[in-house]
Parts: sequence; C-alpha cells; structure tokens
Amino acid sequence: MSHIQRTTGQRFPNAAKAASTNPLKMSQPLGAALAYLGVDRCLPLFHGSQGCTAFGLVLLVRHFREAIPLQTTAMDQVSTILGGYDNLEQALRTIVERNNPAMIGVATTGVTETKGEDMGGQYSLFRQRNPDLAGTALVFANTPDFAGGFEEGFGKAVTAIVERLVEPSPTTVKTQLNVLAGSHLSPGDVEELRDIIESFGLSPIFLPDLSLSMSGRQPSDFTATSLGGVTVEQIRSMGASVATLVIGEHMRIAGAALELKTDVPSHFFSRLTGLEASDRLIRTLAEISGRPVAAKLRRQRESLVDGMLDGHFFYSRKRIAVALEPDLLYAVTSFLADMGAEVVAAVSPTQNAVLEKLKAATVMVGDHSDVETLARDADLIVSNSHGRQGAARLGVPLHRMGLPMFDRLGAGLKVSVGYRGTRELMFEIGNLFLSREMDHDAHPTPHGGDGHACGGGSCGCSAV
Amino acid sequence: MLQDKIQDVFNEPGCAANQAKSAKEKKKGCTKSLKPGAAAGGCAYDGAMIVLQPIADAAHLVHGPIACLGNAWDNRGTRSSGSQLYRTGFTTDLSELDVIGGGEKKLYRAIKEIVQQYDPPAVFVYQTCVPAMTGDDIGAVCKFAAKKLGKPVIPVDAPGFVGSKNLGNKLAGETLLDHVIGTVEPEYTTPTDVCIVGEYNLAGELWLVKPLLDEIGIRLLSCISGDGRYNEVAQAHRARVTMMVCSQALVNVGRKMEERYGIPYFEGSFYGVSDMSDTLRTMARMLVERGADKGLIDRAEGVIAREESRVWRRLEPYRPRFDGKRVLLFTGGVKSWSMVSALEGAGLTILGTSTKKSTPQDKERIKKMKGDEFHQWDDLKPREIYKMLAEDKADIMMSGGRSQFISLKAKVPWLDINQERHHAYAGYDGIVNLCEEIDKTLSNPIWRQVRLPAPWEPAPARSLLAAAE
Ligand code: SF4
Repeated sequence: MSHIQRTTGQRFPNAAKAASTNPLKMSQPLGAALAYLGVDRCLPLFHGSQGCTAFGLVLLVRHFREAIPLQTTAMDQVSTILGGYDNLEQALRTIVERNNPAMIGVATTGVTETKGEDMGGQYSLFRQRNPDLAGTALVFANTPDFAGGFEEGFGKAVTAIVERLVEPSPTTVKTQLNVLAGSHLSPGDVEELRDIIESFGLSPIFLPDLSLSMSGRQPSDFTATSLGGVTVEQIRSMGASVATLVIGEHMRIAGAALELKTDVPSHFFSRLTGLEASDRLIRTLAEISGRPVAAKLRRQRESLVDGMLDGHFFYSRKRIAVALEPDLLYAVTSFLADMGAEVVAAVSPTQNAVLEKLKAATVMVGDHSDVETLARDADLIVSNSHGRQGAARLGVPLHRMGLPMFDRLGAGLKVSVGYRGTRELMFEIGNLFLSREMDHDAHPTPHGGDGHACGGGSCGCSAV
Repeated sequence: MLQDKIQDVFNEPGCAANQAKSAKEKKKGCTKSLKPGAAAGGCAYDGAMIVLQPIADAAHLVHGPIACLGNAWDNRGTRSSGSQLYRTGFTTDLSELDVIGGGEKKLYRAIKEIVQQYDPPAVFVYQTCVPAMTGDDIGAVCKFAAKKLGKPVIPVDAPGFVGSKNLGNKLAGETLLDHVIGTVEPEYTTPTDVCIVGEYNLAGELWLVKPLLDEIGIRLLSCISGDGRYNEVAQAHRARVTMMVCSQALVNVGRKMEERYGIPYFEGSFYGVSDMSDTLRTMARMLVERGADKGLIDRAEGVIAREESRVWRRLEPYRPRFDGKRVLLFTGGVKSWSMVSALEGAGLTILGTSTKKSTPQDKERIKKMKGDEFHQWDDLKPREIYKMLAEDKADIMMSGGRSQFISLKAKVPWLDINQERHHAYAGYDGIVNLCEEIDKTLSNPIWRQVRLPAPWEPAPARSLLAAAE
C-alpha cells in the first residue's frame, strides 16, 4: 500500500505460547473502522464476511455507547473462492443508494486477504465501471486480520485517506494547522487539543476527528453514516496548512505521505501526556503561530506542577504493569516513569518499533494472561476493560485506559493530554494509591504494623 | 462433510418453517442470501459460540486470526455458578505465516497447552473462515489431540462464512449430538430427570426457574447449555423428557434425541406467566406419562397456583402506572413473544412487534390472537422506527442492544431484552423484574429534562415535551 517501509529493529519476546489467552490484541480492520468514523458522513465497510462486522460493531458500541455505522460486503463461502470484486461493487452501490455517504472507507479482512485481493486494481476497476458514483469519496485500505493489530489498522486507514484525498495547494493558509491524531487519542483528547490549538489563534484540521463524531451526539434524524467528523473537503484542503502535527508512532507513515504530497512541514510528537511532553507541544504551537501562550494554559501548567508536587509521594517506586496498544503504552509508561513509578511490565499486543523506547523492567508482546503472570506483586495494572478478570484474580487494582472500556461511562471522553489532561490522569491514578493507603490505615494488614505511608502528612493527616 | 451437515440441518423435519417448504426451497436452506452493503448480524461461528460457550468448565479455543475472538471475548451475559473457565478467551491468533504454512501444528500445541495448564474436562475447538479457506483440518487435529491427551477435544465446524448465527446454533447442536451427548453415564438416574435445550442462563435466568423444578421434584439432569458442565451435557441422553426453549434454533437436537434415545420433547418457554405455567405443567405431565410418580402433577399444580397468585399480586401496583403506556417490541422472534401476554397482563399496551424472524405460522398465530390492529413489521428501517418514536407514537421501546440508540437518540425510554441485558426476566420472578425495569425507566425524571429546549432555542420544538409533563 504505502511506499514508505517501516523498519522494525529489535524484536521483543513473544510469549512462547501457541494459545493466546485472554487476548489484548484487536484486529486491524477494527482500527481502520475507527479511523474512518472520524470522517464526517462516512460509512466504514469491511470487505469480508458479515460476522467480522457484527463483532467489531458490538465492541465499538460497548465502548463509545454510540450508534456505530459499519457495513459488510457479506462474502460467503462461494464468493471467497470466486473473488470479492462483485460483492464489493454491489456493497458500494447499495450503500450509496441507501445512505448516500460523503465517503466510504473500505477495510479488507482476513477472509478477503487470504486469497489476496488487489485493492488498487479493484479501485480503478470500480471507478471505471461506475462513473455515476464519482461524487462519493472512496478509500481502500489493506488490513488483514492475521497481521498487525488495531493501531496498525488505524494508521493504514489514515494513510489511505491521505494518499487518496489530500491535494497539494499552491497557497498556504497561515492559521490552518493539520493534526494527524492517532488512535491513542480519545475523542476527549482531540477536543482538548482543539482547545489548546485554538488558543493560539490557529484552526486545526484533525484527521481523523473523533471528537465531532464520537463524543455523544443528538441527531435530529437517524442516519446510517457517521455524524460529524472532519469533512472530505477539509481533508482535501490539508495541503494548504501551515504545518502538520503528527501524533503517535503509528501516524508516522501517514505523516510522511502527507508531507511528501503537500510539502507541508510536519512536527512529530510521540506523546502528549506529561509535563515535558506538553511543554514541547506548547512551544511548537507558539512558534508556528507566533503568538504568546494564553493565560489559561499558563495557569494550567502551574496547576500541573503543583499537582505533581502533591502527588509524587504516592507514585514513588510504585510497581505498575501496563498493557495497552503500542503508542498508548508508550505514553502511559513514560508518564508513570516521569512520576517516579516503576513500570514492572509493559505488554503490547503487537511487535512495534515504539517498544524500543519503553522504560520498563520487562517489555513483551503478549496477552492479558501474561499481564496476570507479570503483575503478581504489582501495585496497579493499567489496561483496557478486558484486564478486569486477571486483576480481580490477583487482587490488584485496575485503572482502565484504552479500548474497549465497556464497564465505565464516558470511556471516549477521558482526557489525558496537555497540562490539564496530564493533571487529571495523575490525580485519577494517584487517588487509587491514596485510597489504598488510607484503607490500609483503617484496617492494618498483618504484615503492615505501622501501616501509615502517606510520607509524613502528605495525605492531610498529622503523622510525623 | 460440512456441506452435508448443513444440508442435513436444512432438511430438519422438526422445523415447522421447513415443513412448509418445497423441495427446492429446502435445498436453498433457511439462510437468506445476504445483501452486500445492507447486511447485519452475526456469523455461524458466533451462533455456535452462543450455544456452546455456556458450558462453563470446558475450554473454548478459537482457531483463527485475531478478529474472531480478539474483538469479541468477555462480551456475553451467560453466567456460571461454578467454574469460570468459559470466560477465558483462547485463540490460536493465526499470523501470516500460519496462513501460508497451515495452522494445524499450532492448533495442536494450543490444545496441549490448555489441557496441561487448565485441565478442563473437554476442549471445544471452533473453526473460523480463514483456516477453513486454507484447509486446516480441525477434525483431524482434534481426533489426534484427543487420543494423545486423553481428553475429549471437540471440533466445532461452523466457520462464519457458511451462514448466519441461526445456522451456527444448529451446527453447534449437531456437534453436541455427534461428539458429546451420550458419552458419559450419570451416576444415578431418576424418573424425573429432564434436559433443557436452548437456555443459556443469561443474567442468571435459569436460577429463577431451577428452584421451582427442585420444589416440584423435577431433577435438571442436563441443561444445554446454561450454567452447563461438560459431563452433565454428555449425560443428556438419560433424560426422561427434553424441553426445547428457543424452538427454532435447536429443534434438531430435540428431535434427534427423540430419534436416537426415545426421549420425547416439547417446546416451552420461561417467559411470561401463562407460558411458564404451561411449561411446568407439560413437563410434569410428560414425566408422569413416562412413569414418574403421579404426585408430581399435583405438586406442580400447587407450585403454579401459589406462584401465579403471588405474581399477579406483585404486578398489581404496576397496573395503574402502566395504564395507557404504549410499547414497541422488537425481538428475535418467538422466544420473547411469550412476554407479550404477560406485559399486557400488567397493563401495558403492545403496539406491535417485528416478525423478521417469525415463520408464517407464527404470524398467523399472532394475527389470530391480536387482531388486525396489531402491527407486524417485517423489515422496518431504523429511520422509520426513529420517526415513530420521535413523533411520540410509543412510550417505550424494548429491543436488543444493537437498536438502543434509535430509541435513546429519539429521547424515548428503552429497555434491553436481548443477550447483553443485565437483568433476569425468566420465570414468575422474572416477569416482575421486567415490570420493575420498565417502571424504573418510564418514571425516571430525565425524560422531561432531556427534552427541554436549549437556552438559545426559542420554544419547545416537539410535542414530546407536552407529553412528558
Ligand atoms: S465471519 Fe469468519 S472471520 Fe469473521 S468473525 Fe465470523 S468466523 Fe471469524
């Protein structure tokens, strides 16, 4: 698909198991679907059997508590042998007739990739045979289930959108800024970033923009396409922006493709959680815009610094196991290390270049059962809702992040970027430690005689 | 092999819908051909999992790439009173190399690991689309593994692309008939041993029913498969009577158990007061016909009389509150259909129901009972439902989770009555639970608030507002 090849350096140990147990991994097409959902009036389409769509849909519905538009080319046993073009064409035509979306985002699946469909060829053939549908944007991404994972799929869809839709522009709009927003940014994070960027007098174009489609909408009619998100016109105009912020390792390829196509300079951010990481973002935005930092942000920074001083007692040397998609894993483990905690295990669902940068005692590619083994004497596990069974068995508290998060309200609206988001995340996790310590005070455990660990009055008590 | 099985399932004589079909129609089977770009619903593998996964002490291993399990584990509401192994998601997570080189060896290693580490009474291995395409022979691997490891290893050959969830239900039933039922003898039998087929103990529903069976003196020998244990399922052939719960999905199991072991079956339901009573009555009568003590019938009648008077007394407070409240009911066919009479008994007005999954006979039956006023929608589009709700044509919608947002976005109360629900609605207590849930949501104060115009909007825009005051 892409002309840029990522080189994977070091390989991290895979659990040597044949049976993945309580998987952490989710499939590539699912990631692609989420990326497509951040485009306005879009309908994602899985090129495969209907079951894959049903499962993906349920997972996203349970996480976002939103209606999720997602269709299927409904390949059956016969069409998988004969090839999928007919189903694809029929699906695209049906969707346009019924739902008239601005864009259809196609993601292949294991079923179509086993035989190997030439999506580039099929795109051309479809356009040739269906000139009447020229008004609908079409984006195809190759996302076999048996390679990569959720983040890779998300990245591939964004790359495919860039390659298909973005156009170079002879002029530059000085206040227009592109942001390639990776899947580790929640709709709430994107909203927060918009706020920060706008405070510099810049108008951001987020690709994708989940804050507009997945943060709780009240439509006036029922639509079978995404409601809100970045528009196809905005995507086409990204070539006129003054700069691009590329957020997350899995946005790198899309970022390179965008720069290559448009010559808009890009700035890469591996994470936006943490004081230093946020400082870098603010500095960059001040430089791009040539404007001073807003008073609101100055206050937020002060408040974060103060919070770190209050909170660090509870983080110091805490042993934490983290299992998340690679880029989120990097952001969270780095933040925890920033706060003085010890990441005893960092578990990723897939091999990824970003793993090389992780600061953790053990880094591995594995599943929730590996987390269960590695987190035996941890103070905390940070993972998605699927971590709940293992955490409960170990009696270790679980802080939920990432996707799916089906047993919490507002999963998509959590904010953990920028000064304010970092502060929220820090308080939330810090409070888990704090409440544990307070509990232990109330009911001294057999091995904790003196019991008090607030670090000399830091919890508000008068211990000396 | 699989093709023969599928054809066999389609020829099911116990299926009422099938008997009405011509030979040619039968050949086509009951799966409607799906329309690309306008299809919804789970695959056959999904359907097989629904039936088998409630067998709680067995390991359930999915042979395929990550999509089939990774996106979909720990998402079902079936409960177990003992072993929780069924909640552990196992998959071979096939990679590109396995797709090219074949995944059979990896599958064997996975089975071996599971047996060594968890020592379950059996391992179910689910085939999925990709390895079915590349030709992995899970039947052979399972046979080999069973011999090597000395444990039942059961191939569930229902890859997603062969058809719908419903077909998957049936193929899972066939799997049990071929590999499980009849392989274990119970320690002892009694003349009141029954087997229940098609009850999955969602939200713990079976536990609202079982105490009544115990009280009457009926022994639940085997449940397929709610709160199930492998060995209990394997003993099903010693039941005296089989009850089929969701008749269409697993009718093949009931009929073949009759054919093979001479166990008579009946179709019953635990939903709704009269259906529940009928079920207990029929079960007791059939057991007595097969030689159980006649006192069973009296005990059943005693329990029924007590429970019925109790349930009506408990529903009484809801009647004035439900008066004039209109319900849109969208369910997966017959099963929840029996709720209708109970809801009406509690004072609700059912406007209509979807009949997408009902047979022509079902539809006739509904028409006879309810008259022409009652709507039967075959294929109502989400948009049309939304419009009905937004125009204040109903006070509450009851449906599965997939359509919840149609109702919620129209700011109309909604209640989950499908798979993922958190409350148990079976039995006499269940119907009271259901009414309590309906009442809770109908009387919640948010409905008035969420319909208020925003401060920047001129005046109440919708008739709904008035209705809510
Ligand atoms: S349709 Fe096939 S590939 Fe998709 S989830 Fe079902 S079994 Fe898996």
